[in-house]
Amino acid sequence: MTTAYNPMELMICVAARELEDGATLAVGTGAPCAAAMLAQKLNSPNLSIMFEAGSISPQLPEMPISVGDSRAGHKAVMVSTMGAVMETCQRGYVDYTFLGGAQIDKYGNLNSTYVGGTHQKPKVRFPGSGGANDFGSFCWKMMVLTVQDARRFVEKCEFITTPGWLQGGNSRYEAGLPEGTGPYKVFTNMAIMDFEPESKRMRIISVNPGYSIKDVQDNCGFELLKAPKITETEPPTEMELRVLREEVDPHRYVIGR
Amino acid sequence: MKTQAMIEEQEYMTINIIKKGMGELFTDPDPDHARRFFQKKTRKMVNKAMTLSEAIKTFVHDGDYLATGGFGGNRSPIAACHEILRQGRTKMGFCGHTTTHDFEILCAGEAFDRLDAGYIVGLEARGLSPCARKYMQSGRVRVTEWTNYSLSARIRAAAMGVPFVPARNLLGTDTFDTSASMIIECPYTGKKLSLHPALYPDVAIIHVHESDVYGNCRIRGILKSDNDLARAAKRTIITCERLISNEEIRRDPSETTIPYFLVDAVCEVPFGNYPGNMVYEYFSDEEHLREWLKVEEDPDLFREFLKKNIYDCKDHHEYINKNGGMEKMLRLRTIEHLLHKEANK
Repeated sequence: MTTAYNPMELMICVAARELEDGATLAVGTGAPCAAAMLAQKLNSPNLSIMFEAGSISPQLPEMPISVGDSRAGHKAVMVSTMGAVMETCQRGYVDYTFLGGAQIDKYGNLNSTYVGGTHQKPKVRFPGSGGANDFGSFCWKMMVLTVQDARRFVEKCEFITTPGWLQGGNSRYEAGLPEGTGPYKVFTNMAIMDFEPESKRMRIISVNPGYSIKDVQDNCGFELLKAPKITETEPPTEMELRVLREEVDPHRYVIGR
Repeated sequence: MKTQAMIEEQEYMTINIIKKGMGELFTDPDPDHARRFFQKKTRKMVNKAMTLSEAIKTFVHDGDYLATGGFGGNRSPIAACHEILRQGRTKMGFCGHTTTHDFEILCAGEAFDRLDAGYIVGLEARGLSPCARKYMQSGRVRVTEWTNYSLSARIRAAAMGVPFVPARNLLGTDTFDTSASMIIECPYTGKKLSLHPALYPDVAIIHVHESDVYGNCRIRGILKSDNDLARAAKRTIITCERLISNEEIRRDPSETTIPYFLVDAVCEVPFGNYPGNMVYEYFSDEEHLREWLKVEEDPDLFREFLKKNIYDCKDHHEYINKNGGMEKMLRLRTIEHLLHKEANK
């Protein structure tokens, strides 16, 4: 029996499975936060969420609208400073981060600053780094959760806001970023990608139900590598969907998009 | 790891600067200049209570570099941002350190023309502000990129009284190239480090839960960088939900986040963070924040909206009264405490 679900629900459920119990995660609002809440309610009750505004290990009663709001600090073990949270990442205590952006390239670099025009007079201005460059530099494994289309998945970001594998190969560590950190997986509505260990180029490892490898490549602005064995992603279970819809996002702020 | 003997063996030590960001540095990172300024400030514990209008008139000038406390819409000095618009401040510098609704207001008044950007233009999960975006795309704002942590680190350096602190972010990115950071080789480990020059704002405005008339402040919930910000700023204006007695401050000094001598003005502005979220006091007015984003799409409507909600208001209370008054505030208090989720509410 298959249960109906939308692409956002699929991405959130699949990403939530990556977060093992006892892990630490630095996260923003929106879909990544929904994935963290879902993981906390299903497989990882001891997942420790950290928000850049200063809240440490909250138990979220509902989706925060801001990472600095009352919900983001609900039943936390501590409310501290931005420095304290970012430095916890910089010291190596934080396992995962989830990021997004207007553009992502084949090395997992992200652009959330501007598109078109010049830096001083951009055609479209976005928020900038926020905490993304910091999390992407410091956390052990950077994951990306985003809808797949060829305008977003570009050969080269117009502006690298947040470091992925930079120019591939060993370039990330040559730039001085902490050893052992880097992009880990990318979750889209169509597939799960990782990065080939030598070249650090993005590659397909699993295709989501209802899509083909061709669909994934057709909606990507650069050539994707293919893992030796490409699996089919397990669809969301009834349990995952029920908790996501009833407990995590009952007002459909994220899953209704 | 270099041993002391190895370090001494080298006849002349220099720190290797690997790369310099091309961004503009808008503030002076020299700690001795700041010390001279701080030396002249009074340390007397005097009554600093005044109206918000008086505080903005006295301590916020055209051209000043401004930093706001709080986290965008959360515990932010919204009433003070309105007053800055009413008093028509222009050509200011601004620290976009996770700024959301405060940034949106200051863009509406075009109060600043140079900007350190950490997080700007957006209101997190609510979306992007058309007004802020338009202003940032106009080419009339000189902008230097940073990150949220970079701005925390820069404010920390100033609070420490040193010219910079090192970190391991920014490396390898265009964010670095458009910042005013430098990358150096660490003299101990050889690792590459990004430097964060001290940021001493001319003026900081911080909204807190409680303060006495001298400026001893209590902040509940997340601090972002506000403990450091009060220490880094040349002048600090405090707006508070309520004034409390000095006796109460001294009853439990462990609750004090900001001591009086850092503070220049104390303004009691209940609901001073409306329509934002003041933790443990009132939740954000999401309906009204959506109204802002919607009305910004039409320049004529937006002009009228600003006239009604800011320029024609005597003070923040008039703004609140135009948008639901006490009844609305009580509802936001109920939501803040999640009482609307309890049975029979």
